[in-house]
Amino acid sequence: MPGKKEVIIVGGGLAGLMATVTACEKGASVHLISYVPVRRSHSVCAQGGINGAVNTKGEGDSPEFHFDDTVYGGDFLANQPMVRDMCYDAPKVIYLLDRMGVTFNRTPEGLLDFRRFGGTLFNRTAFAGATTGQQLLYALDEQVRRYEDEGKVFKYEHHAFQSLILDGQRNCRGIVLADQQTLECRALLADAVALCTGGIGMIYGQSTNSVICTGSAASRAYQQGVWYANGEFIQIHPTAIPGADKCRLISESVRGEGGRVWVPKNPKDTRRAKEIPVAERWYFLEEKYPAYGNLVPRDIASREIFDVCVNQKMGIGGQWEVYLDVTHIPEATLRAKLAGVLEIYEKFRGEDPYHNPMRIFPAMHYSMGGIYVGYGAETDRKADLPAGWEQYKHMSNVNGLFAGGEADYQYHGANRLGANSLLSCLWAGRVLGPEMTKYVENSQLPALKQSEIDTAVREQEQAFEAVLKMSGSENATRIQDELSREMTMHATVVRFNDKLDKLDSKLTELLERWERIGSADKSRTANQELFFIRELRDRILLSRVIARGARMRDESRGAHYKPDFPERNDAAWQKTTIAQYEPNGMPKFSYESVDVSLIKPRVRSYKKASHGGAEEKGGEKKAEAGATAAS
Amino acid sequence: MASYWQDFEVPFTPGMNVLSALTEIRRNPVTAGGQATTAVVWESSCLEEVCGACSMRINGVPRQGCSALVEHLPQPITIEPMSKFPVVRDLLVDRSRMFNSLRKVKAWIPIDGTYDLGPGPRQSPKDQSWMYVLSRCMTCGCCLDACPQVNDKSEFMGAAIISQVRLFNAHPTGALHKHRRIEALMGPGGIADCGNAQNCVRVCPKEIPLTQSISEMGRQTAKYAIKRFFAKPDVEM
Repeated sequence: MPGKKEVIIVGGGLAGLMATVTACEKGASVHLISYVPVRRSHSVCAQGGINGAVNTKGEGDSPEFHFDDTVYGGDFLANQPMVRDMCYDAPKVIYLLDRMGVTFNRTPEGLLDFRRFGGTLFNRTAFAGATTGQQLLYALDEQVRRYEDEGKVFKYEHHAFQSLILDGQRNCRGIVLADQQTLECRALLADAVALCTGGIGMIYGQSTNSVICTGSAASRAYQQGVWYANGEFIQIHPTAIPGADKCRLISESVRGEGGRVWVPKNPKDTRRAKEIPVAERWYFLEEKYPAYGNLVPRDIASREIFDVCVNQKMGIGGQWEVYLDVTHIPEATLRAKLAGVLEIYEKFRGEDPYHNPMRIFPAMHYSMGGIYVGYGAETDRKADLPAGWEQYKHMSNVNGLFAGGEADYQYHGANRLGANSLLSCLWAGRVLGPEMTKYVENSQLPALKQSEIDTAVREQEQAFEAVLKMSGSENATRIQDELSREMTMHATVVRFNDKLDKLDSKLTELLERWERIGSADKSRTANQELFFIRELRDRILLSRVIARGARMRDESRGAHYKPDFPERNDAAWQKTTIAQYEPNGMPKFSYESVDVSLIKPRVRSYKKASHGGAEEKGGEKKAEAGATAAS
Repeated sequence: MASYWQDFEVPFTPGMNVLSALTEIRRNPVTAGGQATTAVVWESSCLEEVCGACSMRINGVPRQGCSALVEHLPQPITIEPMSKFPVVRDLLVDRSRMFNSLRKVKAWIPIDGTYDLGPGPRQSPKDQSWMYVLSRCMTCGCCLDACPQVNDKSEFMGAAIISQVRLFNAHPTGALHKHRRIEALMGPGGIADCGNAQNCVRVCPKEIPLTQSISEMGRQTAKYAIKRFFAKPDVEM
């Protein structure tokens, strides 16, 4: 319709919902596509909280320190200008959600309460019990429902994104989506499309992610020429309950509230945890990192736990498990601030964490990498990007295709700090709505030919038909099991080049075997197997980006750790990895310089305080300067 | 499709829950009688009982499949779709009526815009603590499934929705518009349809005090009805 501003947002987690709200405010109509009812998106799983330097505890915290902690925590791999903007806006984001009715915990004065999280020395994390993500998601779901009621949002729940519709000049003009219940494929048109499709946990199978975090949408976009950046940076969360179906997260907030990690000094000690005297316990994180203790960033905590269990064989009873202990904290405090997460331990492990230390091990948690998007400035890849690309923040290398949330790569560099993900999702959403609307207003593209639209839909219909006909002997779930096992073994905490090479051959083998899958379910009603088989191929192709990206990067930085190259190498590798899909199924890698114009890279070590506050005076001056720059 | 039963035997692993047992069938979709079949269809997402997706009737009780540990269940385990929602296929049901009801009762805080207006209203830790309990409702539908008043012949929106109205009416900003929600609760399918069976509170996986919410909203609607009866037509309440 002429004059009508329409945008498509794929994904109904925090980023997608916030983008929907802000696009509506700018006068756009939003088509919102979601794999599940938006209220069930993976954002519900976020537990601990959301960062913002509100400084209600009189600690002298400031957005500039938050910015510094985030960049330093990410080992200087993020382009800095947008990270700064996000940190300066964080208090406003929290206040906005407060106004939306989120049941944040309160101080006795009735103000928002804040707690500690990893990678900082300040109480900077606002929280709603230990189900903060759920509470934030619900608040936005409710706001979107209000816009739906006003006829500004059209929801397509139980629908799956299948492909981008690109015109001859490679502008994104819409998408093809499939109804998961009827298998019907159809086109939706809009000049601005955002993928807010979350993470890729299903690649690793036993991760902390929801089963809907398939990575498929990002992979499909990548297969259509969208750049995928920093794929090799995968966050392993130090504390999860190991499980065969999934590893259930035990939030960092447990350590933020004083939880301590330890193992018995004698791994053969057969006593129950609480019978082991303190002198016979090894609090290895506190010993090695006196300033941050149990609240070192996740990459470091995971590596240490891995080292204690795997290399030193000091895990509990020689097993790959360590204790996470909150039994010294008053039960009333635990119930007020951590009940949601302790309940998960109780329900799924069948033990009482209030009185017995929990047994935990690291698990795949988050992808720092994602779809390549801009930050409102030219980069040294200008020649490869569309003209005027730098005018639009969060736009990918394809005109009109945007991305935000875990699906983009922009804020966390080589390692994300805890409680920065809810922030980056919400902030990205706040940026996306206005940026997409602006893009649509400026867009003057001629209408697509009906034949172009029909072709795009037919391609997807044919792909489904082809899977329905698959009659080989391989079982898709078993191939998925192998993919998960191989990726978890070789592309997580510790990486070796020879093993990454083997992993790559394995991925080739899995792709070949994928062709020989037999599909058992031929039904055209809610055929979940059909989607699973197609998405499995997407996952294998994206695994390549992770595995080969890791193979190429011969250094250690943040979550990417190679014992054979233990140091960060800024001269060679202070660069964003960009993977581009080649017709032969292989990623082609190229690199882009990182914008480190605001905070000069320095050595990252958490043995002593270093948030800018360590260089006390310099830090405060810098904070003032930063505040001026942002106002 | 007409409803049907199938029997499966799956190898037990420690910590296994009903969903991981169902996943095992995907690896080997063969019935206990040796018949090749298709994998079971069900809805799931988080697998840690915060998303509300995997509600199903397990041994006759509506609950989340992810947190139903096999070792705690009498065998053989019977798994059925929830009984009060249209079945799409196997265990997959259509719960959109719940989301429509949330829309009907205006379950949101009507903020003016996302621009910066500073923090929201102050709230006491005590209020936060009970409102937080209500806000953990994951729209899973167990309370509707267990409720005798929710059936083919009634439009009753169910305990979850009434409890959400209580939550939004308690919020200082939400309270400014509480009468719009109360009016919705006084309409068709509203609070008058509750039969006080109290099944809802017994099956709620999040232990939300649903019956308390219903009596509190009963009180608010009664008060409002009396006020409305005596008020002059042009008086804003």
